[in-house]
Amino acid sequence: MPQPLPRTEQSSLWQSLSFAGRLSRRWLSDPDARVSLAALSRGSSLGRRLDELRGRSVLLWARDQLPAALALIELDGIARRIVLCPPDISSSHLPGVIATAGVDAVVGDRAAAELGGDIFVPCGASITPGAPNREAREVTEWVLLTSGTTGVPKLVRHTLATLSGAMAAARPLGHGAVWSTFYDMRRYGGLQIFLRAMLGGGSMVLSSALEPVGNFLARAGGLGVSHISGTPSHWRRALMSAAAGRIAPRYVRLSGEIADQAILDHLRAAFPGADVAHAFASTEAGVAFDVGDGFAGFPASYLGRRGDVEMRVADGSLRIKSGRTALGYLGDGAPPLCDADGFVDTGDMVELSDGRYHFVGRRGGVINIGGQKVHPEEIEAVINRHPDVQMSLVRARKNPITGAIVVADVVVTSEHAPLDALKGEILDACRGTLARYKVPAAIRFVPAIEVAASGKLARING
Amino acid sequence: MSIGSDIAALFAEVAQEQHKTMAPLSDELGLLETGLDSLCFAIIVARLEDRLEVDPFSAEDEIDFPVTVGDFIRLYEHAAASAAH
Repeated sequence: MPQPLPRTEQSSLWQSLSFAGRLSRRWLSDPDARVSLAALSRGSSLGRRLDELRGRSVLLWARDQLPAALALIELDGIARRIVLCPPDISSSHLPGVIATAGVDAVVGDRAAAELGGDIFVPCGASITPGAPNREAREVTEWVLLTSGTTGVPKLVRHTLATLSGAMAAARPLGHGAVWSTFYDMRRYGGLQIFLRAMLGGGSMVLSSALEPVGNFLARAGGLGVSHISGTPSHWRRALMSAAAGRIAPRYVRLSGEIADQAILDHLRAAFPGADVAHAFASTEAGVAFDVGDGFAGFPASYLGRRGDVEMRVADGSLRIKSGRTALGYLGDGAPPLCDADGFVDTGDMVELSDGRYHFVGRRGGVINIGGQKVHPEEIEAVINRHPDVQMSLVRARKNPITGAIVVADVVVTSEHAPLDALKGEILDACRGTLARYKVPAAIRFVPAIEVAASGKLARING
Repeated sequence: MSIGSDIAALFAEVAQEQHKTMAPLSDELGLLETGLDSLCFAIIVARLEDRLEVDPFSAEDEIDFPVTVGDFIRLYEHAAASAAH
């Protein structure tokens, strides 16, 4: 049966997800509740106050994902602007965000008197019966927050059309699929999965920041998750959990960090029935491409492709131009998002070898060792290839001779060789592949490596 | 083991790891003539910081940058003695 095309160009999120059909068999769930999409056609998660939010600039400030997801469905086409606050936003940054975005209404699941805004509308996972007027009169601007290097969030402007641009091209979306992600759905990576579920006729299992990863996997497995995404760090942590065996997905997706060959191989072994794909996307550049051939990096031929997305490499970094690119940054004096030709510089550095481009790291994450530039990610990729290594973090250590040297923190799998021998094997692998200044001067075995709320390794030197 | 012999052993250890041929060490031998390069010294200094818990190069006191192996050893002996007080 042919699938309906998402009609996001013309329609609100509610209209598009309704168009995908089967509302009574589709749902959103979190650890505490499960809400049928059909319930939203007979009521509202915003009490009876949806109409008050028409034309407003709304700060969506929910602690939990389910109330945020329900409110988003209701607000697109109604609000003029929705600012999606990730739950970990620092309260010191909120006033700036509110001022920049001209927020005049707050929708939240906790008291927010101190946030200001003309009105406050509580949101939640319970549906108040009624017949909300869902007539869409706005092309709502969706504002996502990213952390700049200074920690002050940048406000990135999208619309439903730019956010869902990749989905018309990426079919089948999996009608009836149960989607899930380790990401928070208010971040770009999580929002992509949420929109795939809603526009593609599926359901979604939402994660919770407070839920241990094993519980999340067991819950997602119990709900029959079929499509699931996360960063490579999310996945490395998930594979450490015995509960990884509780899910049996058909589609496993990685994004947000470099997918090295080791994590792709581990996922293929752990989920033999699944297509494993890694995607390149960023909040600013949008979704650029998916790679489904099982190998790290992407074919160089992608650069010559015609279609929705144009890519080029300049000064070593990947540049992207597409209709999925953000509209710009919000705020007076915000820098332009694109160059004069409409390309976004992703800041992700690539190197060509054997007809494939490989991501080597972030431009801003370079470690300088006596004038030699090192990307920590390329060293981690080598360390992670050792079968006894679960994950690793390479960082700079200050050094009076060379300015810095590289050192590595390593988490081992539950069954591993004696640590002294393992250290020797890891160093041998590094020496066999890497220039000598890239070989870690010290390896420290640690019980865990911090993963930030963004799902990415918490890097302190870059 | 004295700091001097520890340092000599560490020079040999790093030279071997880094595939450098090291000249026979003596007090008067210039650091630049040891056969070790700046990356080797960066690693040696980092390991000495871990083992002796001193980093005389980053200490607040002005230091005379060591020129010979003997200078280098004395710098650490002095730093370790100061740290012990």
